[in-house]
Amino acid sequence: MEEQAPRKIMFVNRRAPHGQIYAYEGMEVVLIFGAYDQEISAVFLDDAVYSLKKGQDTSGIGTKEFSATFRVFEAYGVETVYVDKDALEQRGLTADDLVMDVEVVDSETIRTAMQNQDVLLPF
Amino acid sequence: MKIGVLVQEGPYNHEASDTAYNFIQAALEKGHEITGVFFYNDGVLNTTKLMDIPADDRHISKRWSELGAKGVQLIVCVAAAKRRGIVPDVLIENARIDGLGQLSELCIESDRFITFGD
Repeated sequence: MEEQAPRKIMFVNRRAPHGQIYAYEGMEVVLIFGAYDQEISAVFLDDAVYSLKKGQDTSGIGTKEFSATFRVFEAYGVETVYVDKDALEQRGLTADDLVMDVEVVDSETIRTAMQNQDVLLPF
Repeated sequence: MKIGVLVQEGPYNHEASDTAYNFIQAALEKGHEITGVFFYNDGVLNTTKLMDIPADDRHISKRWSELGAKGVQLIVCVAAAKRRGIVPDVLIENARIDGLGQLSELCIESDRFITFGD
């Protein structure tokens, strides 16, 4: 079979890190996909920007605190991590509040990036 | 066209599973190929054979199993399944429990990949 070009796959994180399992299980998918040599990116929209916030403490709700895992995204083959600028600002956050270096971009940039994908996986 | 499908929501609680099923039926009727259906998050709960449904309602897991019998591969994420008590003993026929790598394969080999979730 003819070798096809790597697929452009974007993980679209839309929800807060705690309260529902989507953020956690979505993160687990990203780590597996990294082994498949595709063009992987991730974007954090809306309350999902809280996933990347430093200094989370989940001891009060008895769930896993997994924000450190996002820092290994690059090592797992995630080439680009976008964060929605408006979503950060609306929550009083800046790039300095996040656990890792990301590309803080406007919604137009995110829209263009999404249009260039082969697959969008929402979580 | 080769189409892959991801189901993220559980049965009855959410319409995503119904919509995915109806979409797949329509796609097959139009002559498209379904490369596979991957059940993730609470979507894995669609694949338990322990469902006992009143006769006047659709039987969601039976419906998926029948689709599997027609040759559509039904893949249930092992990690998500373990969390929710979906083990081989309770799995519907014509489905299999497998790893997240299978989701990656579906994304790579399908012309279109469609998620049914919330």
